[in-house]
Amino acid sequence: MTDISLHRGISAHRIGAMILRYWYLLLSSWPRLLELLYWPALQVITWGFIQYYIAQNASFFARAGGTLIGAVILWDILFRGQLGFSISFLEEMWARNLGNLMMSPLKPIEFLLSLTVMSLIRLAIGIVPMTLLALIFFHFNVYSLGLPLIAFFCNLIFTSWSVGIFVSGLVLRNGLGAESIVWTLMFAIMPLACIYYPVSVLPVWLQYVAWALPPTYVFEGMRALLIENSFRTDLMLEALAINTCLLAASFWAFLALLRSAKTHGSLLSSGE
Amino acid sequence: MTGNDNASSRPTVADDISSAAIEVDRLVKVYKQTRAVDGISFSLPRGSITGLLGGNGAGKTTTIAMIMGLVLPTSGRVRVLGHRMPEESAEVLGRMNFESPYVDMPMRLTVRQNLTIFGKLYAVKDVADRISRLAAELDLNDFIDRANGKLSAGQKTRVALAKALINQPELLLLDEPTASLDPDTADWVRAHLERYRKDNNATILLASHNMLEVERLCDRVIIMKRGRVEDDDTPDAIMARYNRTTLEEVFLDVARGRSNGAKEEAR
Repeated sequence: MTDISLHRGISAHRIGAMILRYWYLLLSSWPRLLELLYWPALQVITWGFIQYYIAQNASFFARAGGTLIGAVILWDILFRGQLGFSISFLEEMWARNLGNLMMSPLKPIEFLLSLTVMSLIRLAIGIVPMTLLALIFFHFNVYSLGLPLIAFFCNLIFTSWSVGIFVSGLVLRNGLGAESIVWTLMFAIMPLACIYYPVSVLPVWLQYVAWALPPTYVFEGMRALLIENSFRTDLMLEALAINTCLLAASFWAFLALLRSAKTHGSLLSSGE
Repeated sequence: MTGNDNASSRPTVADDISSAAIEVDRLVKVYKQTRAVDGISFSLPRGSITGLLGGNGAGKTTTIAMIMGLVLPTSGRVRVLGHRMPEESAEVLGRMNFESPYVDMPMRLTVRQNLTIFGKLYAVKDVADRISRLAAELDLNDFIDRANGKLSAGQKTRVALAKALINQPELLLLDEPTASLDPDTADWVRAHLERYRKDNNATILLASHNMLEVERLCDRVIIMKRGRVEDDDTPDAIMARYNRTTLEEVFLDVARGRSNGAKEEAR
C-alpha cells in the first residue's frame, strides 16, 4: 500500500474489491449479522421504556416526547458508524491479512473509502430495524424529523469516520494491543457530547470543550427541533465546519501513523 | 476516480528493461539499539532465482520487507524494477507479489472469493479465467469453494501461491514458501516455481531455511548474518569456497562462526 502517490488517482475497482471482501465476510457469518441487529434493538427498547416511564411522571418530558429515544438513535448512529468502520479494519488484523493488502496496489485512501462504505452498510443493517422498533413500540418516528434528520445523520457519520480513521491508525501503529481503543474512545466523548442533557448543564469551562465536538451541535439541534420545533441551521453548519477539519486531521494522522508503523516495523508483527 | 487500473501495471519510461529486478544499495535498518540490516548491497538480474539464507535474526525478513516497502530503511536505497521504493511503489506493486508465513488469507472466505478479491485488487483483466487457470495449474479445484480456514496446511500454501501468482508477477518475493509442508507438497511447490520462472522470465527472491530447496531452485545465494551479507555467489561456488558438499554444512559453518576457518581450509 503506497501513501505517496495519492495524486495518481483513486481506483473504484479496488474500492469495490474491498467492499466485496467485507460483504462476503458479512454473509459468511450469521453471528456477525445478528450482532449488528442485537445491540441497537436492545438499546432502543430499554431507553424507550425509560422515556415512557419518565414521561408519565414528569411534565417536561411528557412535553418533550421523544428526546431520549431520539438521542439514543442518534447516539447509535455515531457509535455504530465508528464501530462499523473500525471493525471492518480490525477484521484485517484478526485475519492477518493486512500484509497482503499493504503489498497490493491498494492505496490508503481507497482502503479508508471502502471502510466508510462498509460503515454505512453495517449501520443501515443495525439502525433501520431499530427505528422501526421505536416506531412500532413507542410511536416515535425518527423519519418524521424530515430534512433535519439528514443534517444530523451526515454530521454524526462524519464524526464517526474521523474517530474510526484515527483509531484504525493507532491500531495499525501499535498492533492489536491497542484494540480496546476502538471500543472505548467514543465513550470518552459521550459525557461531553451532551447526548441526553443540554450543554448548559455542564460547568462553563467544560462547555468550551463540549462545543469543540460536532455531536454536541447535533444533539442540541435535535432538542431544539423536538422541544421548540425549530431547526438550527447555524448549529449544523458549525458542526460541518468542525467535521471537515476533523476528517482532514484524522486522515493526516492515519498517514503519519502508517509511516510510523513502517519505520518501526509494526506491520511485520501486527499482534499484541 | 479512474477505472484504468492497469496504468500501474504498464512498464514506464523509468522502467528500463535492462535495469536489475532488485537493486539494494548500502541498506541499513536500525530498530532502537539493534542494527537489523547493516549496510547490505546486492543486485538481482531479471529472470534469476536468488536464495536469501541466514539464521533467525539475520535480517532476511527485514530486508524483504524493505524491498516490498513494508518497512522504511534507516538509510540506503532500494530500487525494484527500476523504481525507487517506497517513493515509487505505485509503479511496481501491481507487477510484483509475495507469499509469507506471516500473513494469511481471510479464513471465512472461500478460496474462490479470496482469489477474486485479490484479482480485482491487482486489476487482473479476466479474473474468473485467471482463477480457473490457476486452479488447474495448482490443483485447487477440489476445494476452491471451501472456506480458507477449513483447508490443510498444504492446501493453504497452494492457495497462498495462487494469490502470489494471480497477477502473473514479474517479481516474486517468497518468505519460507514451503515451511510446514510435507516433502511431497514441498517438492510440488518447488517444481511449480521453477516452471513459473521459466515460462515468464520472472525474478524470484526466496528466503528459506531449507537448504535443499535453495540448492535445487536458486542460481545464486546470498548468506546473511547479523544484518550483513556474509557471502554472495552461486551455490556451487559457495560450497567450494567453504570446502563443503551441501549448503546445509555451509549454513552451519556460518551460523557457528566457522566461516573463516572453512574458507581458509578451502584455500
